[in-house]
Amino acid sequence: MGNFSAKIAKFIEVLIDRRGYVKVLEGLQNTLIIAVLGLAIGIVIGTLIATVRVLPKYRRSVRVLNGACSVYVDFFRGTPMVAQLLLFYYVMLPLMGLHMSGMNVSIAVFGLNSGAYISEIMRAGIQSVDGGQMEAGRAVGLPFSTTMLKIVIPQAVKNILPTLGNEFIALIKETSVVSFVGAANLYTAFNYIGTNAYEFMVPYLAMAIIYIVIILLISFGIKMMERGLNKSDRRH
Amino acid sequence: MIDVIDLQKSFGDLQVLKGINMTINQGDIVCVIGPSGSGKSTFLRCLNCMEDPTGGQIIFNGVDIADMSVDINIHRRKMGMVFQQFNLFNNKTVLENIMLAPVYVGMKELKKKNPFPSRADKKKIIAEAKVNAMSLLCRIGLEDKANVYPSTLSGGQKQRVAIVRALAMNPEVILFDEPTSALDPEMVGEVLDLMKELAHEGMTMVIVTHEMGFAREVGTRLCFMDEGIIMEENTPAAFFDNPQCPRAIEFLSKVL
Repeated sequence: MGNFSAKIAKFIEVLIDRRGYVKVLEGLQNTLIIAVLGLAIGIVIGTLIATVRVLPKYRRSVRVLNGACSVYVDFFRGTPMVAQLLLFYYVMLPLMGLHMSGMNVSIAVFGLNSGAYISEIMRAGIQSVDGGQMEAGRAVGLPFSTTMLKIVIPQAVKNILPTLGNEFIALIKETSVVSFVGAANLYTAFNYIGTNAYEFMVPYLAMAIIYIVIILLISFGIKMMERGLNKSDRRH
Repeated sequence: MIDVIDLQKSFGDLQVLKGINMTINQGDIVCVIGPSGSGKSTFLRCLNCMEDPTGGQIIFNGVDIADMSVDINIHRRKMGMVFQQFNLFNNKTVLENIMLAPVYVGMKELKKKNPFPSRADKKKIIAEAKVNAMSLLCRIGLEDKANVYPSTLSGGQKQRVAIVRALAMNPEVILFDEPTSALDPEMVGEVLDLMKELAHEGMTMVIVTHEMGFAREVGTRLCFMDEGIIMEENTPAAFFDNPQCPRAIEFLSKVL
């Protein structure tokens, strides 16, 4: 145990006296930005794709659009996030002659990736809403898009909120791979501390604890949101 | 007002409607009865193109709305619909259920006149819709339920709200798809009473129903459907007292 307290002392020295906390805060900030923006982009893309997928299929344009969406979803669900990051950063961008920071690439890829997953979640959510809701909206003369946006999707989101929360949690955890394209995150921060303290046991332990704390907070937040959204189910 | 000409509807290989012709005039109360599977609900749902007809025409105010190139939403606003399962918007309060479509249409017309309407104009539309919705709720005695969600209402209350939701658009005709079939027996009366009131005010209605007493009392015309066609069409009194076609005689012997 004496050995362990020495390790903790060393960790604290690097964390505080040698300003390791700056790296941790930066990493924490990046992790949250990538996950939150990724989720936001993912919800928009996912909702659009899910809507395309539930459209009636008798028009040719809808079928073509459906095919395109299904290729997109298959690609992003069928390859690991690391591969997508590397492809985007080292293949796509140079081919297109563009330059983007590792951080921006990470946000874009996280958004595209979660869009693919959320589209499936959202489709299940939309299909869980009784078809009569759409019919009633159309019967009073609202267009498909308005009925979808004001009636069906709010009810779908309520049904899928726990699953959407899981997706957010998965995104938070997966941000640890953005170091592949040189973006700072919680993993790089604690790796930096470990390198400077010449020991990794305490830094990685601390990293895991931070992840758990963030995710417990998010779970709590989701539970509160669910309670708020369920108000239309309660009698008063 | 509505001219149905040789209306056909198939689901895949199954032909449900085999050529229906009907004229619905202002003030008509057409009751459609028939055994289950006869196509009466499908017929009603074709009238506002909830099901797209696969053949024939539906001329509503001079426009063939069965034509897929027509903007059906404009015409649906003039054809209210009431469903067997009520279909109130679960995520909206009772008041919002009634206001949603009128506010949407009001805003749309406002933006047509002025792409950047003032906040005062928008508020005015909402306020007008709210006054109208509240007066409709008062009419059915549910003004105290304005701000609750539909899940807290009884079946009869839900269906009455669904009827005034249709009325809020000032429709020229209301289509009723078995409006009392999902109700507990003691709640059927309140819904039928409201429908009778509308009938006396001269609302044009097309009603698919199993309530024979109601059809006889309120209907101005009665259509008996079976096997995808209208087998017999007559005044309710004449039909019930002296049915002509054998299928109608058989049907009435079972239900009366």
